[in-house]
Amino acid sequence: MKSFFRTFKTAGQALMRNITRSVLTCLGIIIGIAAVIAMMEIGNGVSALNAKAISGLGANTIMIMPGTAASGGITFGAGSLLTLTPQDCDAIAQECPAISAAAPTVSTSAQLIYANRNWVPMQITGTTPAYLDVRAWGLDEGSMFTDQDVRNSAKVCIIGQTIKRQLFGDEDPIGREMRLGHVSIRVVGVLQRKGANMMGRDQDDLLIAPWTTIKYRVSGSTGSASAASSSSSVSDAVNTLNNLYPSTGVQLYPVPSASQQANTPQPVRFTNINTIMASANSTQEIPVAIEQVTQLLRQRHRLRPDQPDDFQVRDMTEFANALGQSTSLISNLLLIVATISLMVGGVGIMNIMLVSVTERTREIGLRMAVGARSRDILRQFIIEAILLCLLGGAVGILLGRGVSLLARWLAHFPTAISIPAIVASVVVAASVGLIFGFYPAWKASRLDPIEALRYE
Amino acid sequence: MELIRLDNITKTYHMGEIDVPVLKGVSLSIAKGELASLTGASGSGKSTLMNILGCLDRPTSGQYWLDGQNVAGMSSDQRALVRNRSIGFVFQNFNLLPRTSALHQVIMPLAYTAAELSDRQARQRAQALLERVGLGDRMDHEPSQLSGGQQQRVAIARALINKPPLLLADEPTGNLDSHTSQEVLEMFHQLNEQEGITVLLVTHDPTVAASARRTIHISDGLIAAPRDGQDQFRLAGAGSAEVPTR
Repeated sequence: MKSFFRTFKTAGQALMRNITRSVLTCLGIIIGIAAVIAMMEIGNGVSALNAKAISGLGANTIMIMPGTAASGGITFGAGSLLTLTPQDCDAIAQECPAISAAAPTVSTSAQLIYANRNWVPMQITGTTPAYLDVRAWGLDEGSMFTDQDVRNSAKVCIIGQTIKRQLFGDEDPIGREMRLGHVSIRVVGVLQRKGANMMGRDQDDLLIAPWTTIKYRVSGSTGSASAASSSSSVSDAVNTLNNLYPSTGVQLYPVPSASQQANTPQPVRFTNINTIMASANSTQEIPVAIEQVTQLLRQRHRLRPDQPDDFQVRDMTEFANALGQSTSLISNLLLIVATISLMVGGVGIMNIMLVSVTERTREIGLRMAVGARSRDILRQFIIEAILLCLLGGAVGILLGRGVSLLARWLAHFPTAISIPAIVASVVVAASVGLIFGFYPAWKASRLDPIEALRYE
Repeated sequence: MELIRLDNITKTYHMGEIDVPVLKGVSLSIAKGELASLTGASGSGKSTLMNILGCLDRPTSGQYWLDGQNVAGMSSDQRALVRNRSIGFVFQNFNLLPRTSALHQVIMPLAYTAAELSDRQARQRAQALLERVGLGDRMDHEPSQLSGGQQQRVAIARALINKPPLLLADEPTGNLDSHTSQEVLEMFHQLNEQEGITVLLVTHDPTVAASARRTIHISDGLIAAPRDGQDQFRLAGAGSAEVPTR
């Protein structure tokens, strides 16, 4: 150990004897490592930004849909069975750690009328305020309706840009009353423009309202007809006024008869929703999130292990793959650049070490004469090379940090510190020293002391 | 008691297909505490013999005992240890490390062994040696700041750092003027008398050879008749070193 430390000191002294050349030799490694660090940090920032942008498209979104009904071998397709409840949605949001937000959705189709104009939105969605978090969508003006509005089936909504243009033109829609089907509804907010989705569907042609409003006031009996539902009984009588005044028609707590209670000791399922949209914390956590949601729902729906799921969980695989590909493309590119620059730096080190061995032939001969074994010489020269590379690496890390900070301040490039890059650079710098220092060191150690002492 | 014993040492170089015998059976013994000189014309095998004596080279055949160890059969690593522990080298061109202080020059051989010495002990030992050779006030000087004689004295201090029983000096005065040569030779004599170190001076300078108590003359790969009476060298001129073999 001590002799190792002494070799280290000897190597340091040898480098100090030719300080200018040592610094110039290091320059290759310094630039290489600095480039790696700066590229990695800037690249990290860019791919974080990229991930954010793509998750804005919905890459993190998980759709939970009710399962299929089947009868006599005939299945009726997704959504033919209504098994999801708003309570399921609350439970997902609260109990799944990999889920950042969850919102129930119900949908309907109805005509919108404002003044002398009318329009049928492509999508009318009833949901909770969490919907905007799930879809990573912001508001242009106004504000989102509140949970209070959801509980009260308040007649408020927010609208997309297309509806605003079709119904209001240049007018300010905030606070205006429209008619949605039979219901008078007030606009409280306007969504940001999102444009068409990947299928070409206009995402701005959208109206969002509390799901209770859509379900009970606008679409009325949607879903209550399902066999699986024990939803509040909406009167079957054809009475359009039910839609306007649901409080008379909706009985949230149906009074079961004594025999009913005895026969079905299940908790009463209040109401159903069409789908639950949830968002995972990150794209990487989607599989974990799906697993957690599946576990939770199976438990909540009291499914035996041998029973199939009565729901389906979908993720946006296409988006997630695109995201993964773009990220790996960036990092592969950086890796290639890094490898090339470090190779160049390493060749520089080897070059200088070879020159140094030739120049110091007499010194090597002397060291051998006073008792250095060839492995001592080998060790000394390898340590010199590694020391050069490590010093170059250290300076390079600082320089790279500096460059990425500069890029952040001057060009407003997003950068993020990359600890793996720093660790990798140190390891790479040391191994470049080892690999490219080995040949010159080996050459030095093979010198014949007699020849070396006589060398001029 | 003898420190060096050579028994029928031969050394043959192979130049392509031709064998060139350089040493043709050298037998020699040097006692502890002797101050001997090794002389010979260039091409006589003097340098080869010195390399073998210094454990830098291996004989083709024959036995070499140094301080009771048979050195001839040793591996290169073992010989490196012997060089470190038992032999101090002084060279004609000093062979000091460039841009290195005198103190570090002297400490340098300790880097390869002497793990039992702490850095402070090593430093103290080197300082003592530099004071011994009269350079106590120039420990921080680099070779370029020292005169030839001072450089050679640094080299002598370096040779002594491991307290070797044998000091091997290869033309130690070859690059020095006559005055400093005398000083350096004086130093060898002092070390020999006061410390009991065996000194072998390899030289072709008759005055240097004559300053030794014993002169070993090598000619054409063989030891010429041993000459204990060195008086005739003192009197003889520059060319007379060659005379006995003729």
